[in-house]
Amino acid sequence: MIREFKLPDLGEGVHEGEILSVRIAAGQAVREGEILLEVETDKAAVEIPSPFTGTVIEVRVRPGQTVHVGEVLVTVETGEASPEDKPAPAAAAEKSPPEPAAPSAPPGEPRRGPVPASPATRRLARELGVDLSRVPGSGPAGLVTAEDVRAFAARIPSAASPAAAAQPSAAPASPAVEEADALPDFSRWGPVERIPFRSLRRATARRMTLSWSRIPHVTSLEMIDVTRLEAFRKKHKGPVEALGGRLTLTVFALKAAATVLKGHPRINASLDEAAGEIVLKKHYHLGVAVNTEEGLVVPVVRHVDDKSLKEIAVELKGLIERAHARKLTREELQGGTFTLTNAGALGGWSFTPIIHYPQAAILGLGEARLEPVVISEGGRPRLAARLRMPAVLSIDHRLLDGADAVGFLRAFRRMLEDPDELLLSLV
Amino acid sequence: MVMGELSQETEVLVIGGGPGGYAAAFRAADLGLEVTLVDTAPRPGGVCLYRGCIPSKTFLHLAELVLDAAAAAGRGIRFGAPRIDPEGLRRWKAQVIEKMAEGLTALARRRNVQLIQGRAEFESSASVLLHDAEIRRLRFRHAVIATGSRPIAPPGVEFRPGGRIMSSTGALALADIPESLLVIGGGYVGLELGMVYAAFGSRVTLVERQERILAGVDGDLARPLFERLRGLFAAMHFRTRVVELVEEEESVRARLSGESGEIEERFSRALVAVGRRPATEGLGLEKTGVERDERGFIRVDARMATAEPRIRAVGDAVGGLMLAHKASAEGKVAAEAIAGKPAQFDARAVPAVVYTDPQVAWCGLTEEEARRLGIEVQVTRFPWRFSGRAVTLGASEGLTKLIVEPGTGRILGLGVCGRHAEGLIAEGVLAVEMGALAEDLAAILHPHPTLSETEGEAAELFFGNAVHLLGKTPSPAR
Ligand SMILES: Cc1cc2nc3c(=O)[nH]c(=O)nc-3n(C[C@H](O)[C@H](O)[C@H](O)COP(=O)(O)OP(=O)(O)OC[C@H]3O[C@@H](n4cnc5c(N)ncnc54)[C@H](O)[C@@H]3O)c2cc1C
Repeated sequence: MIREFKLPDLGEGVHEGEILSVRIAAGQAVREGEILLEVETDKAAVEIPSPFTGTVIEVRVRPGQTVHVGEVLVTVETGEASPEDKPAPAAAAEKSPPEPAAPSAPPGEPRRGPVPASPATRRLARELGVDLSRVPGSGPAGLVTAEDVRAFAARIPSAASPAAAAQPSAAPASPAVEEADALPDFSRWGPVERIPFRSLRRATARRMTLSWSRIPHVTSLEMIDVTRLEAFRKKHKGPVEALGGRLTLTVFALKAAATVLKGHPRINASLDEAAGEIVLKKHYHLGVAVNTEEGLVVPVVRHVDDKSLKEIAVELKGLIERAHARKLTREELQGGTFTLTNAGALGGWSFTPIIHYPQAAILGLGEARLEPVVISEGGRPRLAARLRMPAVLSIDHRLLDGADAVGFLRAFRRMLEDPDELLLSLV
Repeated sequence: MVMGELSQETEVLVIGGGPGGYAAAFRAADLGLEVTLVDTAPRPGGVCLYRGCIPSKTFLHLAELVLDAAAAAGRGIRFGAPRIDPEGLRRWKAQVIEKMAEGLTALARRRNVQLIQGRAEFESSASVLLHDAEIRRLRFRHAVIATGSRPIAPPGVEFRPGGRIMSSTGALALADIPESLLVIGGGYVGLELGMVYAAFGSRVTLVERQERILAGVDGDLARPLFERLRGLFAAMHFRTRVVELVEEEESVRARLSGESGEIEERFSRALVAVGRRPATEGLGLEKTGVERDERGFIRVDARMATAEPRIRAVGDAVGGLMLAHKASAEGKVAAEAIAGKPAQFDARAVPAVVYTDPQVAWCGLTEEEARRLGIEVQVTRFPWRFSGRAVTLGASEGLTKLIVEPGTGRILGLGVCGRHAEGLIAEGVLAVEMGALAEDLAAILHPHPTLSETEGEAAELFFGNAVHLLGKTPSPAR
């Protein structure tokens, strides 16, 4: 009987997810509880186990695809008689026969039935995300050893995703990430507490590691005098509030960044290594990093270049509120072309942000502080108290050079220092 | 956390302090999680400690002494008739339990696991109400249900404390040594407790619906035990049902219906051991997304997760082999899964032991299971009459058998009937879990003279002859 496996309700109001990896292929035997797919929701990456034992007939999804709760992901032949065939014998309720292992299964081809391997080896395979049934066993009569599992994991960079492994040309191997040494027992030096590393935290860790290990970052710093802008902001704050928005410095920064990006197309871009091409994006969807109780999320304001400051102020306020309430939809988290992260609200000054992979750059803002500045008035230098804000831009040095960063920051600074120019850009 | 507060929060709530629950709680605490363990009893231990494994094995050891002393008479040592002192037996049992309960409580305290006495009932998928407890409500991030199981009472039968119709709990209370005892159910609980009472002097009658004892176990493994019970029990009725069971003033009246018609008989007491059902009712599960099957067992995946993401379940409450070590292993998996580790319950050889004399133990694939599932296997049998050690012990009726994958010689299962099977089975568990071959078992040295040699010799038979047995060609099971 062929049974359909649908995306189960993942709880916590999650209705959809993106397929991160597919661990099985058509024709492969699966056992109940074996991991079929890894799905990422806006809350976490989750592994989806098979509810059935049987043979995979069809895999209906591929990595990168967005799926909704209830959508059929995989069909499995369970070998059970369908109810209308005949009354199910009592034995049908029991687990289906574990097939005797075929010790000579060719490497890479999943074999059927329980794979001979010790409990410690099986655990290692789970930790490394290796599908045991694909590992050729070097031990007696096909026994899979711990060394076999390690060798398999090392040979295939994304062992966790046999689908990718099957098409070696799809992507160049990621730079080898060396396995870290085991941690010392910290409690030797004093009390410690261990808390689980999960959900959003883990997803963030994965993304940051990916970005940091793939993208050579360069960060440039620029100081921006926002004295006039702040006065302008205060003046117009009230009316915008009446419209349900919040006119913050971030709103101005978004608008200015989108405008400047139009003159720096390579910053609003992605590097497609596999295709050997640079993807220049002709749309300006800017992500804004929001620090929630659960962790960092980056909702996206679409078409910033086409929107007024008021519109952005209203939209951003809504996005931030939904982020805190964990109500953002997957759409609202996707499609960003460039990201803004403002540490100023938290009182942070300067930092070096990590690019939101696969974008090409990220802009960071610090807190605007009153500083003594030497300004020149009628050719005479004098000291003045000015409100200055640091702006940092991290770029992907594969796509861009330091000069691009400096150019972007200079234009961005000019715009924020002179609100008139910013307003002109709206015309 | 302050006791006496009406409402509390906890990171991991474990409901039920049996082997499944306390293993989950302890492992979670060891992984740095903050844990609260709720049980209706004041201390952890569950069915296993207070009315299951531990008291039954305490009595079975003494029963074996009695039977051994009697057997020694034919071998040159004569003891006087044993004097059974129920009061002394109860006191000893209480001491054993007390020692274990204290130990568990100390272990919980040292791990900072908060113990709460009370009955938990879900009011949502994020909180439970506590009945008869100092705290009214507990909110949790994760919960593990380990509420275990309860004895099944046939329709119209009620187990009263002190009543003559007893469940295993009543039988282990050992109110007296009844002159006659009717044991209903030829599973391991009925056989173990029947043997205890028979050794202590009761006339035991067994009634079983199926055609033999230990219906789930390979017939050849159950056979030596059956022969033994024929001498020990007053009567055994198979393919027989109890159609009426009535408690009277001084006895229990039972009407049995079997192949040879109906008989009515009176017994001093009756023990009903016809199985256990999951303790998942009255738990408020309908307020959560947790799903159960038709028999009430909670549905879980290999990471012990229920259909409700924050709630896991382990032990007897999820079914499968309802044994303490399976519950504990699942408890640890649940805790590790909560802590984000890639844990999974993937045991291939869950061992089971029946503590009768002779004992019966098995693990991994059984011969009858292989036949039912259509798996081709080769079976080798080493009868203990060829074992020097078994003969010295007067235990030559035993049997060791191996279930082997024909092409590879890989060991898929092991079965033992005989003395000390409880220890012998561990070698089989290791062999199956490690993917060992019959050749491995045949090649390693087993000390002489021990019963473990029977395992090495059973493996040798896979290749033809064993040192102490000229093999016929081993018989493929299909
Ligand atoms: C006579 C007998 C002999 C046995 N011998 C063996 C043996 O030799 N070896 C073996 O492996 N197994 C044996 N077993 C089986 C073994 O006892 C069980 O498999 C084991 O106890 C199951 O553990 P558990 O953690 O699932 O639940 P249990 O041990 O059943 O514990 C569940 C606990 O949860 C508590 N509880 C239930 N509902 C609630 C609630 N709503 N709120 C709070 N607390 C609750 C119960 O009071 C109980 O303390 C025996 C059983 C019996 C009856």
